[in-house]
Amino acid sequence: MPANRFNNFTNYGIGIGLRAPHYDHILTRKPVVDWFEIISENFMIGGGRPLRILDQILEQYRVVQHGVSMYFGSANRPDREHLRRLKSLVKRTGTPWVSDHLCWGSVDGTYTHDLLPMPYTFEAAKITAQKLRYVRDFLEVPIAVENVSSYAEYHVSEMTEWEFLNEVVERADCGILLDVNNIYVSSQNHNFNPLTYINSVPADRVAQIHIAGHSKFEKFILDTHDHPVLDPVWKLYDRAIQRAGHTATLLEWDDRIPSFQEVHDEALRADRFLADTQLKVAV
Amino acid sequence: MRRYAARYIKPNDRLTSFERLEIYNRQYWFRVLGSMAEDFPGLRKILGERRFDDRCRAYLTECPSRSFTLRNLGSRLEAWLRHNPQWVRGKEVLALDMVRLEWADIEAFDGEAEPVLRPEELDADSVSKLRLRVQPYVQLLELHYPVDDLVLQAKDDEGTNFASNAVGELRRRMKVRAVVALKPQKIFLVVHRLDFSVYFRRIEREEYSMLKALHGGDRSLAP
Repeated sequence: MPANRFNNFTNYGIGIGLRAPHYDHILTRKPVVDWFEIISENFMIGGGRPLRILDQILEQYRVVQHGVSMYFGSANRPDREHLRRLKSLVKRTGTPWVSDHLCWGSVDGTYTHDLLPMPYTFEAAKITAQKLRYVRDFLEVPIAVENVSSYAEYHVSEMTEWEFLNEVVERADCGILLDVNNIYVSSQNHNFNPLTYINSVPADRVAQIHIAGHSKFEKFILDTHDHPVLDPVWKLYDRAIQRAGHTATLLEWDDRIPSFQEVHDEALRADRFLADTQLKVAV
Repeated sequence: MRRYAARYIKPNDRLTSFERLEIYNRQYWFRVLGSMAEDFPGLRKILGERRFDDRCRAYLTECPSRSFTLRNLGSRLEAWLRHNPQWVRGKEVLALDMVRLEWADIEAFDGEAEPVLRPEELDADSVSKLRLRVQPYVQLLELHYPVDDLVLQAKDDEGTNFASNAVGELRRRMKVRAVVALKPQKIFLVVHRLDFSVYFRRIEREEYSMLKALHGGDRSLAP
């Protein structure tokens, strides 16, 4: 199940996000890492040091692209120049799949640079799926769509978030990047059982999993990516891989970034769950 | 705004509709102001933190992002300041010089590069047809203040962690003095990159004119 058509039939293990504070460590120490996830937009540029670093990384490591600005849920058509640059990067990295978020964030070419929650309506699912198909056909690489963390819900929604996710991926026939931390954050902000969400996701469409840390405030939880993964998220991860199998897993740590070793050690904690899952399957 | 928020967003048992929307509003300004501060440390030093944030709010309200990447957030700041000099009253020329230099720094860092011409590619036939051009990432600036010194100091300060508040306060006062002490001085600057690092290099007026002509594709320079 982990190698499927949504991750190009790959069997990637545990990866971490490629972040600037770790460049020197990675290029000089050459640590053993199964794969790195890059933020596509950071490398959709004309030239200079970022692309040089990327090429050096590509000489030694496998890289998967993750985007933050495609905005599948925005009503406007994808920008052709944006797609052209993204495709050029896809060719450069050889990424087996590309992911971005199930959200909106731009209107008529004006960008918020945020991952805004969708209204969970059938009309929105239809438009989003059309856009997903269009982007996938342009890029000619499988696409996985990621569930976002959210702090607001709309009156107009006609279904739950997981029903909406299922509706979109079925219509688009695309994969899922299942972010279990985002599910936990949203479950606390919107009062639902996160296990219901995990159990409702079509496991055969899960191309990749994200884990991350979050921050608790008095009245809500914020998805900050500046902490180790917390226990409730590990429990959800455990359940997710019971259902989806040994799936490519990525730790996100984007703020107050500690040493490379600390980030990598935290990511490798996922191994114990993966090993347990394999044992259970074997038994 | 509260009425609009209530019309579209559900409240929950802890937050009103407006409070839920406000989380996104705060995150938006935190993100874009943080990006501007990172890209324009020299302007921030000239204006001071609070004034810098106020000016950036005004700029981004009139010129919100039109690009998929935050890298381009400040691309229209120079034009906006030229149309709105009241936001930098008394420091118009200095602030504009700094904005031009800091934007040039961004363009030189990751701008597009053409293949470099190598000596072995030149032969007697090709020389007569040769058309020299400057790399597109190279930025040429004619400035009224030596802001290159100031921006290097600002970058240096941004990367410094002070163990003591007292030391930090002393450094802050020194920074203010550095801005106040900056005297007008006409300089010509080429902002370029070599081995993937950006350099600010002062050049003579004649060198500037020559490079500017090449940048603009001036054919009168052809042999």
